[in-house]
Amino acid sequence: MFEIFGIPSQALFGQLLIGLINGSFYALLSLGLAVIFGMLNIINFTHGAQYMLGAFCAYFVLTYAGLNYWFALVIAPIVVGATGVVIERVFLQWLYKLDHLYGLLLTFGLALVIEGVFRNYFGSSGLPYRVPDALQGGQNLGFMFLPNYRAWVVAFSLVVCLATWYLIERTRLGAYLRAATENPTLVRAFGINVPRMITLTYGFGVGLAALAGVMAAPIYNVSPQMGADLIIIVFAVVVIGGMGSIMGAIVTGFGLGVIEGLTKVFFPEASNTVIFVIMAIVLLIRPAGLFGRGT
Amino acid sequence: MLDPRTPLLSVADLEAWYGESHILHGVTFDVFPGEVVTLLGRNGAGKTTTLKSVMGIVGRRNGSIRFEGAETINLPSNAIARAGVAFCPEERGIFASLNVEENLLLPPQVKPGGLKLEQIFELFPNLRERLGSSQGTKLSGGEQQMLAIGRILRTGARLLLLDEPTEGLAPVIIQQIGKTIRALKEKGFTILLVEQNFRFASTVADRYYVMEHGRVVHRFANSELDANLEKLHEYLGV
Ligand SMILES: Nc1ncnc2c1ncn2[C@@H]1O[C@H](COP(=O)(O)OP(=O)(O)O)[C@@H](O)[C@H]1O
Ligand SMILES: [Mg+2]
Repeated sequence: MFEIFGIPSQALFGQLLIGLINGSFYALLSLGLAVIFGMLNIINFTHGAQYMLGAFCAYFVLTYAGLNYWFALVIAPIVVGATGVVIERVFLQWLYKLDHLYGLLLTFGLALVIEGVFRNYFGSSGLPYRVPDALQGGQNLGFMFLPNYRAWVVAFSLVVCLATWYLIERTRLGAYLRAATENPTLVRAFGINVPRMITLTYGFGVGLAALAGVMAAPIYNVSPQMGADLIIIVFAVVVIGGMGSIMGAIVTGFGLGVIEGLTKVFFPEASNTVIFVIMAIVLLIRPAGLFGRGT
Repeated sequence: MLDPRTPLLSVADLEAWYGESHILHGVTFDVFPGEVVTLLGRNGAGKTTTLKSVMGIVGRRNGSIRFEGAETINLPSNAIARAGVAFCPEERGIFASLNVEENLLLPPQVKPGGLKLEQIFELFPNLRERLGSSQGTKLSGGEQQMLAIGRILRTGARLLLLDEPTEGLAPVIIQQIGKTIRALKEKGFTILLVEQNFRFASTVADRYYVMEHGRVVHRFANSELDANLEKLHEYLGV
């Protein structure tokens, strides 16, 4: 046990870890929002509800099908992503030519409906979800105790984020996506089915939210409002990072999680507001966000 | 092989709208396999709209556009591209978020028989040198035009729609583009060209259609050029 700036190392690193965990979820969720916004020009307010759906999906497949966490990691993004595909086909596709406000209101309304339905059936107390057996326990690092599951969440989120970045910034498919973000008409005139690509992009972004939901289930419990609580902060993260930048979303997500954690150590009174204070400052100095392009 | 007297592209009574504005009022023309056909006409005559209609990217269109004998008027643009039509837009459409190589490789192969990258670099040696460049839009205007033409040569499309490829370029680059168009014709491409630069067009075109107010008002072959010069000056106001 030692002290840094008069703070016991255990507390400092403990909060740093919590910051990294939160940052993992901020990064995964704001990444999905950035991908969706880039391609669909829609601010997906349903994102928090879709994260919640991912957690519930993990709970359902465990309770009713006996399929554990590892199956849920695969099944939930596919199932919830598929509901995203339906939402895009039924609702969102009619809104692209309209003002952002319409997409925002529609997705916000959808979130209220979905969360309301789940609150009606499952109450708001939350359902427990066990940490998978393989990730029980933890490591004593000397300066702190590191639970295995939390280490896994940080590492796996980082891998998923970087893989998504690679897919979009470095592959042929990603080049189609980036080009279609700029000029969908021309990309379509090259023979690419852009409407289908848009649908799948939404499904992918929603799948990322569901994946984050599965990872969150053993940490935060499974409850109908788990997404609503988180999504407000995630939108602040997106505003700070700049809408539409992939790397911006990842870096800002992890970075702000850590800043929030450290604030809890050094100035606990501000820990709930620090992200919003940063958002206000960024909006004043760089309205497009730290990594945002354009005006 | 198609019979050379069967048009590769046959446009009849084409009408087109942007929202409420009625732009094309019954455009009719043919392009035969292996030809370079040029649409001439003043600014705003409807040349670009005609190309966009063939490509399927105009809001509403009516009439008939047959490619290789098949009607395409109701097809979405991605299906028209897959049939073998490729478009090089007037504003070039180089993507800022893609590097030069990604821009060049973006249009997918739609048919066998497109040019190999090596053949494209033979036509446009500058492109090979700029391949490592970061952003497609950082190239010079001439290089961007070469990139915009080069990228549609790989796809295997038989019909190329080129919208004012010489606009705003230096004379040496215009010459290079002229050379390229003649080389492409030799390789068997069919080209529908839109040009304001009538002197340039006369170095590459087999036939001409002159457009005015959304209609074809005149047509002639390159061999009839001299006899038509006076009329042409009237139409083009040069
Ligand atoms: N996107 C558009 N919306 C409305 N009107 C347009 C649009 N594009 C072109 N026009 C109009 O259509 C007419 C024909 O334009 P265009 O086909 O671009 O002519 P050209 O290529 O022969 O110069 C012009 O009067 C132009 O103002
Ligand atoms: Mg034009």
